[in-house]
Formats: sequence, structure tokens, C-alpha cells
Amino acid sequence: MSQVVQGRGRAGFIAGFLLAPLALYLTFVIWPYVQTFGYSFTNWTGQSPTFDFVGVDNYSALMKDEVFRGALWNNLLLLVFVPAVTILLALFFAFMVNAGGRGGAGGVQGVAGSRLYKVVYFFPQVLSLAILAVLFGAVYRTDEGGLLNGVLIRLGIVDRMHPIEWLNEPRLVLWCLLLVVVWHGVGFYLVLFSAAMQSIPKDIYEAALLDGAGRAQTFFRVTLPLLWDSVQTSAVYLGIAAMDMFVLVSTMTSGQFGGGPDHHSEVMATVLMRNFLYFGKSGYACAMGVVMLVLTMILSVITLRATRRERIEF
Amino acid sequence: MGSTGEGLGRRDLIKRSAALGLISVPTMSFLSACASGGGDTTKGPDKAAVSKENPFGVSKGGKMDVVVFKGGFGDDYAKAWEAAFDKKWGTTSSHLGTQEITGKLQTRFNGGNPPDVVDNSGAQRIKLDVLFKSNQLADLTPVLDAPSLDDPSKKVRDTLIAGTIEQGTQGGKFVSLNYVYTVYGFWYSGKLFKEKGWTPPKTWDEFLAICAKAKEAGLGGLAHQGKYPYYINVVIMDLIAKKGGLEAMKAIDNLEPNAFEGSAAALAAVEAVYEVVEKDLLLPGTNGLTHTESQTAWNQYKAAFIPSGSWLENEQLKQTPDDFDMQFLPVPVLADSKLPFEAIRAGAGEPFIVPEKAANKPGGLEFIRSMLSREWSTIFAQQANSLTVVKDGVDPGVKLRPGTQSAVTALKAAGTNTFNYLYPDWYSEMDTAIQDASNELMAKRIQPKEWIKRAQAAVNKAAQDPNAKNNRRS
Repeated sequence: MSQVVQGRGRAGFIAGFLLAPLALYLTFVIWPYVQTFGYSFTNWTGQSPTFDFVGVDNYSALMKDEVFRGALWNNLLLLVFVPAVTILLALFFAFMVNAGGRGGAGGVQGVAGSRLYKVVYFFPQVLSLAILAVLFGAVYRTDEGGLLNGVLIRLGIVDRMHPIEWLNEPRLVLWCLLLVVVWHGVGFYLVLFSAAMQSIPKDIYEAALLDGAGRAQTFFRVTLPLLWDSVQTSAVYLGIAAMDMFVLVSTMTSGQFGGGPDHHSEVMATVLMRNFLYFGKSGYACAMGVVMLVLTMILSVITLRATRRERIEF
Repeated sequence: MGSTGEGLGRRDLIKRSAALGLISVPTMSFLSACASGGGDTTKGPDKAAVSKENPFGVSKGGKMDVVVFKGGFGDDYAKAWEAAFDKKWGTTSSHLGTQEITGKLQTRFNGGNPPDVVDNSGAQRIKLDVLFKSNQLADLTPVLDAPSLDDPSKKVRDTLIAGTIEQGTQGGKFVSLNYVYTVYGFWYSGKLFKEKGWTPPKTWDEFLAICAKAKEAGLGGLAHQGKYPYYINVVIMDLIAKKGGLEAMKAIDNLEPNAFEGSAAALAAVEAVYEVVEKDLLLPGTNGLTHTESQTAWNQYKAAFIPSGSWLENEQLKQTPDDFDMQFLPVPVLADSKLPFEAIRAGAGEPFIVPEKAANKPGGLEFIRSMLSREWSTIFAQQANSLTVVKDGVDPGVKLRPGTQSAVTALKAAGTNTFNYLYPDWYSEMDTAIQDASNELMAKRIQPKEWIKRAQAAVNKAAQDPNAKNNRRS
């Protein structure tokens, strides 16, 4: 009996501690979601406290909204390419700096200078997205003052009178943005994968080496299976980042809150923001928010399910 | 958005303030809901006797509390004003120049101790209609009816540029003074034109000819702020208004079904701008440049013309060479235009208000009256390199910067031939859609006919907005 009382006392004690964070979470995370959901059924303008209930009008309008559909498609493209490219590059580099060196007398090691590389690769991660936007603004600048155009013009590949308008080219703009995200992300995931690789016992590598495995075989047969947990977590993180993209698109591309030229780099977040703040269609924007929330949640579930595997103990 | 470390230029203010200003609204209503406990402690302001020289009864030796938005115009002009005011009235002024109007003033308005004069501008301004609805704005009509400081036989209202009073009126009361007068058009370097022996063009053909000469000389003809199609859109819309007259402009503002489609003026204007693209007379790469990048390239003599409002000179102060000799040029006219070459787009901005609960409300009103004197208007023109809504408000004996001076001259030449579109304030979605089309036009991805189609589609869409009924101009 005394144990029950003790148990209850402990539960109350724990609940007491959880109360404050739970209240904060409910107030600042759950309640806004609920509100957004509520507003998505109204014609709220964002400017006045009065609005009418309009049922599912916002959602049916959303189905027909070509700009939003284009944005959704761009998000999906990014969703595929951002994680794929970033993780592949990060894995490759991480393998090279950890286990890619020629096996000398010391056993398994990274390529020469790998310690330096690890630090250098991490640099981009230190920069904030705002700085990144300025930096790549200079890289993609559309006249000969831009880094890319400047180099290409010097090399005679591009005509000085008709430089490439990187971020103003419908076919290039999304890929230019993709490059920025990848450049920014690779360093972090390299460090993440490096840490995971270092926890793999060296003897496994040495055994593989003794059996005559080359770099590729070591990577695919040993490293990758043992890193699978990290890879799938990274995929979820990067996938969520690809669903957002707001900061880069809105600062680097043309248009009110970005998305230009002519909606070719539009992502859901930029369309949402423009409708919410600039067009005074806040109810409509809330409907977009709900769609984004649902999509992100579905994606997380799918990714986690699809990549579930037996954990290998070592 | 756009905090790209380039500082807050005039463009940002005008283009983005509309967008960002809205952020403050939900915050506002939230804050005022829970922080409006200030009550109506009306401290009876010390009021002196009212006289003809002192129509609002300012008491000598009082205090003045002035808050101005410190953006593209800086705040030196306000400091100069305060010094002049203190000298005349023996007051002690406290000054605050800030970009965070809402942040600094929200609680003061709610607490019932607002400043005496506020320049309520910029991205973080407090929305005027919200202030008006909560009775925070003093009626400035007494200022309009007070005698002008320059000529006591005239009322202040008769010294203002037409349209100022309408623009500052809410619910029938004159509550905000939009003080800065902006003219829109092309700009060029007087020095460059002199060197090359070019004459400023008056017709679109002459304009194209100079662009062609510039190209021969290895420069770009026309630069524009491509990342923000707002600017080139000004040129297109001004050409339409000049070619088709005020009727063409009103047709667009009133969302007529033939505003663009079937309008000869609109097609001629768009084709005229497209000619610049087709003849390859743009500054290379200008379609993707930001306002700072393109304007700086123009300052470096890389292009002959650039479109902008009259904030350009102050915005580019640091980048402009000393002998650049910046000059304003009204948008050149097409053949058979209804408006003359001298006609320009012009409008007022930068709203100054006096809070209803200001401790020194008479001082605030007197301050506004002083702003509308020629002396203070001249101070503003000198310190902020921009014009004010005071008619003929700059002392001709005072030396202005060349760009501002040329704008003064152009405004005089225009006389009553000024016009201003209202649709950007009324229909932001339509404005954005037309700008997108202009961006495509400049990049040669669509043809003028397609531009017309898209612009008309934007108009038709806006016409379905239930608010469209309330917005009509005649």
C-alpha cells in the first residue's frame, strides 16, 4: 500500500514539473495550429477582427490555384533532390575523410589532410541563411560583376552583352537554389556521418581490408549499413527543410516574398506569405498552412516507415 | 524578407511597407486588447492664450516630444526643425529617430502618453486606420484653417499641392499630413549627356535614339531595377497615361473591362517599352539586378537612363560621383499623346500625425503648421533631398542638389499636368500580377499582346473583389 501512495506521489511530482512546459507547448504550438485550422474556414483578411465563416471555399479555391499547385510541385522536386544530393555528397566526403585513405601501416584512416577538410566543410553551416542569400546573390549576379558570369565571360563562354540571368531564368532558378541548400547542408551532415562512422569499430574495417575489399566495397558493405540510422534521420530533416525553403526563396528571387520569375521558383511557404501579408487573404493562407502541415506529417510518417530496418548491434 | 544588408532604401519603404505594415496589425489588436488600461488621464496641457500669431495657444517654455521614422530621408531634417521650433517658442524638444515606430510607440499610445508629433512611416508604422478607429489621432483641420506662416492673409490649406488633403483624410477628418512629394520618371547624368553631346529626349523615338547611341558608345541604354519589376512598370503605366490621357488611367483604376484589352494606348505603350528589349538596348544583365546594383551601375556611367521616384538622389547619395549632375526626365511621349511631355506622375507620402492625447497638443499642431512654411519645407529639401507638399515650397535662393533641383523645375513645368495611379494601393494582387508580366516582357519571354492579356486578366480578377465597389475615381 505504501508503494501505491509513493507511486502516486511520484506521478504527481513529475506531473507538477511537466505542467509548465506542457502549458507552454499547448499555448504556443498546439493552440496556434488549432487557430490556423479554424481561420482556414473563414475569409479573414488579417487586418480586421471581423470575418465570416465560408466553409471549405478556401480549400476548393486552393485546388484550382495554379500558382499554389506549381509551388507544391517545386516543393516535391526539392523534396527529392535536396535530401538525395546532400546525403550522397555528405556520405562520400565523410567516407573519404574517415576511411577513404590508403591503408598504410596505421590501418584505416582518412585521405591526407582529412582533419582540415572536416573543418572546412563545416564552414558553410556556420553562416546564417541571410548571409547565404547575400553571398549567393553575388555569385548569381546577372551582370559581369557576378562571380559566375564574371568567370564565364573571362573564359569566353558567355557573351558580355548577354550574361546568364541565373535567378531570372525560369529553367535555372530552382536548381540554383538547390545548389545553395546543398552547399550549406553538406558540411553539417558530413560531421554527423563522421561521428557515426567513428563509432564503427575499426576492426570491422581492418577485417574488410584483410579480406581485400576496395574502397567501394567497404563503403557499400560496411559503412552504409552501419550508418543507416543516421541516414534516415538526415533524410527526414532535409525533407522538412525542403518543404520550407522560405528564407532563401523569398530573399534571393524576384517578386513579393520571392517566387519569381513568374512563379517559377515558388514554394508553398512563399505563396502562403504573400497571400497572408500582402494580398490580405489570411483565411486562404491559413488553408495553405493546413495543407502544408498535413503534407509534412504524411511525409515524415512515410519516410520513417519506409526506411525502418533492423538495427545492427556492434 | 530582403534583409540583404543593404540598408533600408526608399524602395524598401514604399514597396514593402505595405506588406510588412500588415504584420503590426494582428500584434496591434492583440496588444491593445490587453494593454489598453492606460485610461483617459487627460492632463490638461498648459495652454496659453490664443492669438493670431499663436492660433493653437502654444505656451512658451513647454516641452516637445517628436518621434520620426529614420529611413531613406534620415532624421537630420527633423533635428533642424526642432532647433528652429525651440528657438521660436522657447521649448525643450526631445527627439527620437527610429525605424521601430510600432515597437517604440505602441505602449505609449495605449498608456495615454504618446509623443506630440509622429512621422508614422516605414515597415513598422502603426496602421493609420487602426489609430483612427481608436480615437488616437488629432483632427488637423484647425491647422488647415490657420493662417500660413509665409503669408498670414492665406490659409494653410491654400498653400498645399492639390490632393494632399484628400490623401490625409479618414472618415471625413484630416488626420495625417503626407508631407513628402514624390515625382516619378527617368533619371540621367547631366555630365554624361554633356560629354556625349546628347540632348534629353522628349519623344520616345528620341529616347530610343539616345539608347542606341549609348550602345554604340559601349554603354547600356536603359538600366532598370529588374529584380523589382515595380520600376519598369512605372514606365509602362506612365506611357499609357500619357498616351491615352487621364481617361486611360482611370479606366485601369476603375477596373474597366477594356482597361488594357482593346486599349490602343496600352498596346502602344507596351510595344514601345518592348522595343527597348528587342533592339537590345538594355544594360546587360539589368533584368536580374536589385535596385542598389542597377542604380549603382548607372551611377558608374554604365547606362544612360534609369527609372525611379525622386527618392533616388538621397538613396544613391554615397554612390553618386560629385560631378555626376543627376537630372530628372519626365517619361518621353509617344506620337499623338493626350498629355504633354511635361506631365508627370506625382504623389505624396510620409504621413505626419499629432496624437489626440499628446501632452503638448497645441505644440504639435503648431509644429505641423511650421512644417508647411516655406522655411521648413526648404530645410527638408536641403537635408533630405526631396520635395514637400508645400506649393512652390522651396526658396529659389537656396542651392539644392542637382537631382532635387531638376525635380522642382520639372514639377513647375508640369503645372496641373500631374497624375497618379491608385490601383497599387487598392489592389495589391493585381499590381503584383501586372509586375510579373512586365518582368516577363523585359526578359523577352512574352510579347506585348500577351502582356495585355495578362494585365487584363488581372484587372478582371480584381473586379470580382467585393471591395472593388467602394473604390472608384472620377
